[in-house]
Amino acid sequence: MNLRKYLKVYKNFLHTSFASELEYKTNILVDLITAILSLIGSIFLLSIFFQNNGYIGGWKFEQALIIQGIYTILNGITNTWFNPNLTEIVKHIREGTLDFVLLKPIDSQFFISLKKINPSGFLEIMLGFFLLFFCIRINQINLNLSFLTLSLITIICSICILYCLWFFISTTTIWFVKTWNAIEVLRSFLYIGRFPLNSFSFSLRVFFSVFVPIAFITTIPSEVFLGLSQLWKILLEVIVATVFLITSRKFWLFALKFYSSASS
Amino acid sequence: MVQNIIDVKNLSKSFDISSKEPGLKGTIRHFFRRQTKKLKVIKDISFEIKEGEIVGFLGANGAGKTTILKMLCGLIYPSEGSILVSGYLPFRRKENFLKNITLIMGQKQQLIWDLPPIESFYLNASIYDIDQFEAKKRIKKLSEMLEIDEELFIPVRKLSLGQRMKSELLAALIHEPNILFLDEPTLGLDINAQRNLRKFLQKYNKETNATICLTSHYMKDITSLCERVICVHEGSISYDGKLDQLLKKLSPVKEILIVCRSEDDATKLENFGFTVKNKIKNEITIKIENNNITSSLKTILNNFDIEDLFINEPPIDEIIGRVLIKKNYDF
Repeated sequence: MNLRKYLKVYKNFLHTSFASELEYKTNILVDLITAILSLIGSIFLLSIFFQNNGYIGGWKFEQALIIQGIYTILNGITNTWFNPNLTEIVKHIREGTLDFVLLKPIDSQFFISLKKINPSGFLEIMLGFFLLFFCIRINQINLNLSFLTLSLITIICSICILYCLWFFISTTTIWFVKTWNAIEVLRSFLYIGRFPLNSFSFSLRVFFSVFVPIAFITTIPSEVFLGLSQLWKILLEVIVATVFLITSRKFWLFALKFYSSASS
Repeated sequence: MVQNIIDVKNLSKSFDISSKEPGLKGTIRHFFRRQTKKLKVIKDISFEIKEGEIVGFLGANGAGKTTILKMLCGLIYPSEGSILVSGYLPFRRKENFLKNITLIMGQKQQLIWDLPPIESFYLNASIYDIDQFEAKKRIKKLSEMLEIDEELFIPVRKLSLGQRMKSELLAALIHEPNILFLDEPTLGLDINAQRNLRKFLQKYNKETNATICLTSHYMKDITSLCERVICVHEGSISYDGKLDQLLKKLSPVKEILIVCRSEDDATKLENFGFTVKNKIKNEITIKIENNNITSSLKTILNNFDIEDLFINEPPIDEIIGRVLIKKNYDF
């Protein structure tokens, strides 16, 4: 793979996406306001849950805010990259415009996963980081190199798992043509990621760890922040992320053999 | 000797097609127990295309032209048979193969809708690993050939269909491909835009010796661009050869309307031995075989007092229409 070429193409993706979005100024403004209001609403909702009971699943409100911070960062990444690109796969397949992607001398997964960005998602990512820094202060977390490394690894793994889950569903469009509903279900599962895994019953914990690994996405990075995480959990998240990445790649290449293109 | 650039042998393609009965009952049955059947859309076809050739694929809707084109460019896996395009197996979609070909579809677009076409050109240039200086040079050359200038800087959504199609062509040709697959490129364009596009393709073919495979329902596209046509009928090739030969065979006679100076002359001409279609006063319509046109016209002009004369070519759409519904043409 020619890294220089891919970097150049990505630079052009960024440029064209920004330019396309900036064509609609009001839309950007509305998106930015929505991001701020959505975060305020989520924190408010969380505070209601903790109003009568100081602890949920063994987590204090100040600790649960870390999960909210990580969730906001991931949601920002979802809105910046996954939502504009991965939902577009369904459109590409339904309308047959995937033809143009497949005929370009560039990796098709790279192209359809990164072609667009939604700049307003950046604000959410920034707000998420602000919330995390705030949590680091109020929870008196000691910042050191191993803490930062582990946090970074777990957050990157979370992004990979989230991407793969979404990409899996979008890829099935090649057979099922319409998968909007499945993506909506995934998004609603993601909302669950705002709460600590321990706050759910045993069966739900198993479901959100094994079948739809939402638990890995927010809870494990949050545990790392609070120094509560065990090494095996971090390793497990790394393994899950790696397996997901490899499988999603193989699944995409396998699915392309069944692509029949839309009729003209 | 000119090399074969496309080599297709015993190619077949089958799709699983689901069918649904009408009404609510049919819909419910279709939802729970979908019945699919294998439909062979391309049936054991073979052909070769030489470098620099312009070949028109003719066929009724659903005959399989687009499926053939999509298999040639590597978008669809063939079920049986072999395809070699420029020495590559297309469905492997190797980088060097993809740099050699392009696909243009009249009803689908790759340009970024909200931005001027120039942005899509530079994006494509980076995908094909063309540096900015070279890309600029190619955009200038192609935009001159396509006669577009200001349109390059206007958002795609504000361009007319004709301007958009020209921009689509430029985006698809920036990497200077050797093989062009065009699926109804003039669809929906007005007469002038169609003519300009044809002019451009002729010029491009002449200057670069690119091979062009084209499907179109506009006969003018086929007659002005393609020397050779491949007629596809229900997934099989019904004719593969020169277009003029097909037309001659299908329409061996021409109708000639002769306006004589007097009714007497028309009567004399009627009895001269030509096949007469009809005669109204001093106007007479005769049928002459294509091979005898020159000699017959000489005889008429030398022996009769003629006021005016019209040679009626049979409408090409009508002739080709006959080809499309027939299974086989062997000449």
